[in-house]
Amino acid sequence: MTEGPPRQLLVSPIKDGTVIDHITAGEALNVLKILGITGTTNERLSIATNVVSKDMRRKDIVKIEERELMTEEVDRIALIAPRATINIIREYRVVEKKGVEIPSILIGVVRCPNPGCISNTEEPIESRFEVVEKGLRCYYCDNLITRDIARHII
Amino acid sequence: MYHIISILDFSREQIDDLLEKARRIDETTEIERSLEGKQVALLFFEPSTRTRMSFASAVSRLGGTTICVDSVEGSSIIKGETLADTVRVVSGYVDAIVLRHPKEGAARLASEFATVPVINAGDGAGQHPSQTLLDLYTIRQSMALEGINVGLIGDLRYGRTAHSLAQALSHYNVNLFTIAPNGLELPETIQIELNDMGTEICECAEVKDVIRDLDVLYVTRLQRERFPDSATFVNVQQSYQVTPQLLSGVRDNMIVLHPLPRAGEIDPAVDSLPHARYFEQARNGIPVRMAMLTEVMQ
Ligand SMILES: Nc1ncnc2c1ncn2[C@@H]1O[C@H](COP(=O)(O)OP(=O)(O)OP(=O)(O)O)[C@@H](O)[C@H]1O
Ligand SMILES: [Mg+2]
Ligand SMILES: [Zn+2]
Repeated sequence: MTEGPPRQLLVSPIKDGTVIDHITAGEALNVLKILGITGTTNERLSIATNVVSKDMRRKDIVKIEERELMTEEVDRIALIAPRATINIIREYRVVEKKGVEIPSILIGVVRCPNPGCISNTEEPIESRFEVVEKGLRCYYCDNLITRDIARHII
Repeated sequence: MYHIISILDFSREQIDDLLEKARRIDETTEIERSLEGKQVALLFFEPSTRTRMSFASAVSRLGGTTICVDSVEGSSIIKGETLADTVRVVSGYVDAIVLRHPKEGAARLASEFATVPVINAGDGAGQHPSQTLLDLYTIRQSMALEGINVGLIGDLRYGRTAHSLAQALSHYNVNLFTIAPNGLELPETIQIELNDMGTEICECAEVKDVIRDLDVLYVTRLQRERFPDSATFVNVQQSYQVTPQLLSGVRDNMIVLHPLPRAGEIDPAVDSLPHARYFEQARNGIPVRMAMLTEVMQ
């Protein structure tokens, strides 16, 4: 087993904000996409991908300064990063730590891959998916997304 | 408010109830005029003469009146307007909406914006619950649904009527046999779902291998555009055709169904056999749609 570089070199400490840890390796950018954090928003971000962790072979970490994410916001990432932990940082210390839970309904997160679906038209609705055992089911057209969920994120 | 959007929303009890209601309507001579004084909009964003006629007939037999809006060339009914707005506006004019639309999920969307009941009369390649219910109704006229052997033959990939029927039948512990040309097999996601509901699916290479075990043979349309070339199409069409020879030796009360219109899938010589039930099936659209209308207007 190879050792990763020292963590401190990857990402420096933040005073206040949120650390999303234990993100499935390679999914950090998708996590940000789901959270609506793009390069054009104001958050100060550090992203570390493919970091070697103790309990998983590799993971991604995202640190967001001066923003405390809410549970409803972060639960949406459970789809692609089910083992993620959300650490709220205040004064450089972790003051709160929670896991993510897959919500039962996803609104406005995933685009229906069915081109004939009414949710892909100019109607005044957001996409809506029910989370079922086999994947995600479109509330409108019943289409089932079973794999590659990240690819369908809006 | 009660809408009828997808057969997937129905429990077995709800299906049984509706079919029973249709049977009572079918058998009575004194039809209860439950739509007396009511007006129903038939909003057809896509042409479908049969479905529209059959709904119109069902409404008038129940004492109601219809406003039909058609868009034969597929142009939008109210130009530049979203379906959501159309439905909100039309809700103000009528007591119920019957909607046919080329987009999947259109009826579900309509039900979110309508302030009157919505019945889905087919949304693109999606759901068409009145068709499914009349298919079930026709089977039930001949036999109990529980545990029967049902063969689905034809284009099972794009044939939505076959999908919905299979899904509905999964409430009744049926055994499914599928016979489809290469590339037109039942989609995997539907197979998975049916398996999850406990329905066994047996893929068969040739219909003659299973025909003698079947209680129902559900034939769907084969469309030329689904095949790479005419030769392949003609070939498949011939080998999939239901003929009197194919039906020799089948179970006495075995029935052949087809959502119609047919295009050569069933030899007209089959029409006079006792197994042929497809015209009866089409006729059953009336009591079934009457039952649906009565149900949503309660
Ligand atoms: N002030 C800080 N600035 C930036 N990152 C921080 C800060 N404090 C903690 N972290 C990071 O937040 C994550 C959780 O910190 P914690 O101290 O709880 O680690 P841990 O005990 O390994 O947690 P876990 O059991 O969830 O892996 C780690 O990835 C850590 O590097
Ligand atoms: Mg750790
Ligand atoms: Zn959809």
